[in-house]
Amino acid sequence: MRCIKGIFLLCGMWLSLSAVAQEEMTFRTELNKTRYQSLVEELRCPKCQNQNLADSGSGIAVDLREQVYQMIEQGKTDQEIVDYMVARYGEFVLYRPQHSTATFLLWYGPFILLGIGLLAFIFVVMTNRKRQGRAL
Amino acid sequence: MRKLLFFIPLAVFLILGVVLYLQLGKDTQYMPSVLVGKKVPAFTLVSLQDDQVYTHQDLPTAPYLINFWGTWCPACHVEHPFLMALADSGVTIIGIDYKDKKDLAEQWLEQKGNPYQIVLMDEMGRFGMDMGVTGAPETFVVDGSGVVVYRHQGVVNAENWPDIKGYMK
Repeated sequence: MRCIKGIFLLCGMWLSLSAVAQEEMTFRTELNKTRYQSLVEELRCPKCQNQNLADSGSGIAVDLREQVYQMIEQGKTDQEIVDYMVARYGEFVLYRPQHSTATFLLWYGPFILLGIGLLAFIFVVMTNRKRQGRAL
Repeated sequence: MRKLLFFIPLAVFLILGVVLYLQLGKDTQYMPSVLVGKKVPAFTLVSLQDDQVYTHQDLPTAPYLINFWGTWCPACHVEHPFLMALADSGVTIIGIDYKDKKDLAEQWLEQKGNPYQIVLMDEMGRFGMDMGVTGAPETFVVDGSGVVVYRHQGVVNAENWPDIKGYMK
């Protein structure tokens, strides 16, 4: 009995948590709403570090969502909003880091490794072929 | 020459091993503040006790702390006695009553004592946002020229104070 009560309580808490995560907001245009949705999904919550602003129920995430909403309605561009967040919370808040010298390896490292792998593969195939040619 | 090639994986493994080992045990929640090396952002806030308007120009000219707190924050209760001790030892602390209610904050300072030189109210959390605050308590060290030199997230206590104090120059 106790256990069932506990489960109900947990479910209730879970429901109320997910209810907190999104406030009622009315947008001037449908486009603004779409921009808002994609921005809060793209920006990372600085408090609960593995959640984006859309998913997080922490106080700061609520405030930052409100800020994004205000800035969109004020006619700020997406870039201006992202810059505003980065100026305060750092590159950390971006789930897609900006391209810079510091993030060069992060963005292009895999392609460089792929290139090296391809070259190595070609090299091995070529030498094998040469060796086989000699054997014949 | 060809034999050397076989050692490449070992070398890569060793380098990765060293890099990963150095990261072990580090605080994964640690987030560097963007504000370090910059001036305290401009603000206009009302003080808790005398309802005066303060701006960033009214801040102290000698090194001081900016401490974000709130009566809603359990860790701030833990931190408060230590801040009192710091104030007694002559450390200047500017309090930012972060996202709080005025009467509750007044009551808190009356009951527990006031370690702050000035307490400014940031009811909407706008100044907190400009400072890149993610919650409370959070403490910033500001040097004599008004530049933020360090940010500490969480409770300031006897254990971490020596580190923080090192930045107060």
